[in-house]
Amino acid sequence: MIKVKNLKKSFKDGDQVTDVLKGIDFVAENGEFIGIIGRSGAGKSTFLYQMSLLDEPTSGEIEVDGRDTHAMTIGEKTFFRLTRLGYVFQDYALLPEMSALENVVLPLLMQDMDKSAAYKNAEEALGKVGLGHRFENLPSQLSGGEQQRVAVARAIAHRPKILFADEPTANLDSVSGSAVIELFKELNQKGQTIVMVTHEDEYAKYCNRIIHLDDGKIVKEITQKV
Amino acid sequence: MFSQLNIRIGFFLAKRQIRRSSLWTTVLIIFVMFFTFLNLVVVTGILVGLIQGAIDAVRTHYTSDVIVSTLSDKTYIENSPEIIRIVKSLPEVEAVTARYLEGGTLEANYKTRSNEKEKPNIAPASIVGINPAEEDAVTGISRFVVEGEYLSTTDYDQVLVGAYLDKKYLQFDSPGFSSLENIAPGVKIRLKVGGVEREVTVKGIIKAKVDEVSLRAFMVDSQLRSMIGRGDYNVDEISVKLKSGTDPALVRDILIKNGAGRVAKVQTYADAQPKFIKDIADTFALLGNVLSSIGLVVASITIFIVIFINAITRRKFIGILKGIGISEQAIEISYIMQSFFYAFVGSLIGVIVLYAFLEPAVSAHPIDFPFSDGILVAPISGTLLRVGLLMLTTIIAGFIPARLIVRKNTLDSILGRN
Repeated sequence: MIKVKNLKKSFKDGDQVTDVLKGIDFVAENGEFIGIIGRSGAGKSTFLYQMSLLDEPTSGEIEVDGRDTHAMTIGEKTFFRLTRLGYVFQDYALLPEMSALENVVLPLLMQDMDKSAAYKNAEEALGKVGLGHRFENLPSQLSGGEQQRVAVARAIAHRPKILFADEPTANLDSVSGSAVIELFKELNQKGQTIVMVTHEDEYAKYCNRIIHLDDGKIVKEITQKV
Repeated sequence: MFSQLNIRIGFFLAKRQIRRSSLWTTVLIIFVMFFTFLNLVVVTGILVGLIQGAIDAVRTHYTSDVIVSTLSDKTYIENSPEIIRIVKSLPEVEAVTARYLEGGTLEANYKTRSNEKEKPNIAPASIVGINPAEEDAVTGISRFVVEGEYLSTTDYDQVLVGAYLDKKYLQFDSPGFSSLENIAPGVKIRLKVGGVEREVTVKGIIKAKVDEVSLRAFMVDSQLRSMIGRGDYNVDEISVKLKSGTDPALVRDILIKNGAGRVAKVQTYADAQPKFIKDIADTFALLGNVLSSIGLVVASITIFIVIFINAITRRKFIGILKGIGISEQAIEISYIMQSFFYAFVGSLIGVIVLYAFLEPAVSAHPIDFPFSDGILVAPISGTLLRVGLLMLTTIIAGFIPARLIVRKNTLDSILGRN
């Protein structure tokens, strides 16, 4: 569960202050598949970064999975991301010197999981995303769609409470993009909470709740049956 | 910071980064570390070895392991035959040579001097009477005859002249220092010692990087003894060569205990070293350490730059690592391990090259310095200390830039924002 209260984020450039998020109130329940949409510059990604603890808000409160994130140290936030959150980046964000399996297993090893159990989980996660045959391939040896699926496997291998995705289909062709969204749908049907930023309406239809952001504020909220 | 988990993850990251990094970059960094190691060990080793070579030469070709010499208030070693007898009776002793030593002059070109006003070609010298076979057994000086031949026991009116008494080997003019011109084996010169003057033949020229060899004139002991009237067989120096592995101090103490200390100065080769030699050795070691320190700073800067560039170019991936929950400490440790790897491999290659090739090669073919045959002094303990220093410096130099980059805001790193 995510609770956001009066969230504000501003960027300073010299004397100029740009308010990107202008007081957002928001709640995401467990098991929801939420799509955040809006035009470019609306503050979608910035909103996601605050909720996923990748960035520090200027003011406001964020509670994730029952924890008030305001008082957390950097180390605690890192550990929280490691154990409770999953993150899929727009540009896959795989580590180029590691194979698909190593990319997925790394966060599991960081959780001090037994080595064989960690590799088993990683293999299972790669199997779930349809890459059971590409364990040893480096990212450079995979297509864009495959790389994004590795990123999804990495994000879900440790069974996170919430999966964040920042425009996960933006760099993919329609076939690969659909495959990734189908994967998200499957995960959500099994109970995975997902918060996804997208600018593609065709993928927003998979979400059971759509948040419209404009000029740093939520302007519309649509709940739909998928 | 150095929890087992962080170390394990650091190792996981470092291993993969090294494995997938450019081979040439890795080779180049290791090459730099290798030369830094050589700079640390070899420069100091050569500087110390330069003096050590001189010290070793004096030991090998003059004092030997133990030297018994005349007390400062005496003109010779009293009761020398008894001391020589005691020395020869010791089981630790391999060979002994006794020397008569008297100040004298050598004169050359007296036959071609046209008139009395012309300055005679005279050189003052220490005239040394030796038993040629015994002297050679102790100091091996026959190897240093550069012209003519070494002395034999039956030689009479024959001298071996030190090269520094021969003008052609000492090509500089120093006030108060004279040398002989136009001398060569077979040339007759006048030798004046103990008030006796004789015309002798130059049998050979001897040249070593030890002044006690190259600045002296040698003749057979029996002749010098009669010239200086030393019928009591008392000598001026006794050099004692010991069997391999014997502690010279042990034999020195035995001789002193047997009364030799009352009539002579009994010293090991180390005791006999002039203080300035020890000072020079210390100075060169210090100089070597200064040069090594500069090398160490250069190595640190190299590693700093390498790791800094690596971390800067990988800033996005460092951000991703942090984003997916990898601890900052584990990432920093991965860079420390990479630095350690470069320093370790560079040092390892350096140690192998040093002890398998360089040291044996320089020992077999010492470096021909003007005043000594330089060797490479690289004791294992000193080398290990320097390897440790190199590792430590490298690790610090790798850690600082990694920390600088790792501590940047996670999102800024991922998005490439400044």
